[in-house]
Amino acid sequence: MNEKKILEPEGVASCEAKKIVELIDVAKSFDGEIVLDHINLVVKEKEFMTLLGPSGCGKSTTLNIIAGFVTPDTGDVLFDNVKINDVPANKRHVNTVFQKYALFPHLNVYENIAFALRLKKMSEEEIYERVEEMLAMVNLRGFEKRDVNLLSGGQQQRVAIARALINRPKVLLLDEPLAALDLKLRKDMQNELKNMQRKTGITFIYVTHDQEEALSMSDTVVVMANGKIQQIGTPTDIYNEPENAFVADFIGESNIIDGVMLDDYKAKFSGHEFECLDKGFSKNEPVDVVIRPEDVDVVPVDKGMLVGEVTSVTFKGVHYEIIVDIDNFKWMIQSTDYVAPNQKIGIYIEPDAIHVMKKSEFSNMFGDYSSFSDELEHLSDTNEEENGEDE
Amino acid sequence: MNKKSNILKQAAAYPHITWAVLFIIAPLIFVMYYAFTDRKGNFTFENISAMAQPSYLEVFLRSVCFAFLATVICLIIAYPVAYFISKASPKTQKILIMLVTLPQWLNFLIRTYSWMALLEDTGIINTMLGSIGLGPIHMINTPFAVILGMVYNFLPYMIIPLHSVMSKLDNRLLVAASDLGCNQFQVMTRVVMPLSKSGIISGITMVFVPSISTFYISQKLGGGNFDLIGDTIERQFQTAYNYNLGAAMSFVLMILIVISMAIMNKYSDEDGGVIV
Repeated sequence: MNEKKILEPEGVASCEAKKIVELIDVAKSFDGEIVLDHINLVVKEKEFMTLLGPSGCGKSTTLNIIAGFVTPDTGDVLFDNVKINDVPANKRHVNTVFQKYALFPHLNVYENIAFALRLKKMSEEEIYERVEEMLAMVNLRGFEKRDVNLLSGGQQQRVAIARALINRPKVLLLDEPLAALDLKLRKDMQNELKNMQRKTGITFIYVTHDQEEALSMSDTVVVMANGKIQQIGTPTDIYNEPENAFVADFIGESNIIDGVMLDDYKAKFSGHEFECLDKGFSKNEPVDVVIRPEDVDVVPVDKGMLVGEVTSVTFKGVHYEIIVDIDNFKWMIQSTDYVAPNQKIGIYIEPDAIHVMKKSEFSNMFGDYSSFSDELEHLSDTNEEENGEDE
Repeated sequence: MNKKSNILKQAAAYPHITWAVLFIIAPLIFVMYYAFTDRKGNFTFENISAMAQPSYLEVFLRSVCFAFLATVICLIIAYPVAYFISKASPKTQKILIMLVTLPQWLNFLIRTYSWMALLEDTGIINTMLGSIGLGPIHMINTPFAVILGMVYNFLPYMIIPLHSVMSKLDNRLLVAASDLGCNQFQVMTRVVMPLSKSGIISGITMVFVPSISTFYISQKLGGGNFDLIGDTIERQFQTAYNYNLGAAMSFVLMILIVISMAIMNKYSDEDGGVIV
């Protein structure tokens, strides 16, 4: 059977991988509130794709539409190039790992994992074989008879993954599966999930608000905000070439500065002209300029392209996080060298450290680091996940 | 632990202990006393052994059958109703549950008399059937009427415990079940039903116990043709003035209920939460 083939280990996704899931012009509103605003998305076979965004961006709804729990208002959902808009969830070749696992409390570990197979009226021996195979994969051998309610979060997580994978789905959907775990466990599980995905060759569509998780696990990251896809790309692309101010702000730390593109390879911001590697803008086009904190060099005042005064310094272990006031714009700089607060410093920016973006609806929404603590709060304010979208 | 607070704690239990002794333990002792004595107060097994008479056996058997049927019918009706209510919005749920209990605001006797008016051969239902050229269907004074009366009166006691369990059911479990391949029916049988077991068991208990000991419903809707234990006991106290026989019947009924509950408990989990 072709089902069998999927579990065999195969190499990394080939270049001409075929489409497995496709969303075409999909829109969804709940109570008149637009949750998904006509999105298009292609997921390839054997891909690890992450939908990344703050709460309410529509990422969970996208997942629920693929799973069949939510019907889109308009647009088509294709699976293996076949339209599946009207196929109910129980008939789709897709399984889900739920945010808080949703294990069946009345069944033990073995029966939870065997659940999908029991529905298929499979023989007891075959069920046993497949459940044992799954238990081995998630390192839970010997847990068969355990009560799922008495397992730790990490163990429940593994049962949930085994339960979803036993059906040998073509696509596994994971809705913030690690959100409830502590940091150490989360890191371990990230590696394990990535390995599992490589080994099984199953397409993973992974929803998270944790940008670090998205960058470290995915082949493709889809950044979403306000019900729209802001950018699709590899983790490196997303980080180095953010499409707009939202992506630049959401992924990592960034100084987003109002600027003007004077000419190809020539940008002006903070009252200074800079050489850069960007081109293709019209002359004197207003732009957003992104400079990552780690790409700014601290130099003596007389050698600086820009000069400013240090307002705060925080030791972060690997580096110091320095906030510098340059013409009333607070920059964040990460440097391994210590500078004293209130000291005047110069900064130097290499041409390849400058990334120029077109103006977007998000321009000027993300300012400087003058209200840094607020900024942190904004970034961490994503734990409560899109409850409004669940129904 | 502090001795004084211990005494205080004990003192707090006294009102309840007094209540229990006066109104539960003492009456039970009286029932036992009457059940095992004759009119002169001498110890005897005659009252209990009288229960073996065919006429009494028939009454007991009929009571168990009627109560069993009424409980099963209540369960069949209440289960989907409770599920439907639990799927509504919290506000609607409150209103629907209020509607379920609404008939209970009326006096039990009035409700039963109303059913007489509905079911009689010349009653409202048959008049309406007659006007469209059907019937009359004989309903009053049949076992159907008696069981209907029981179902009508005790249905809320089935719906409420079922609803209270179902409303706490995590909706994600139902979503997970359909994700794993369950159709609507399988979601019910494989997830909703096992997880609402404790509600089913409390519901059955709360309908079966009053059904088996009910009186009056059978007298009014059964026309006195289908004596139940409750009616027979009432007659011993109200007309025959045979307290000893009445007490013996109560005693046997109590044992019947205890046995039924024991059977129920056997089929429930330790978390079954049976209310007795």
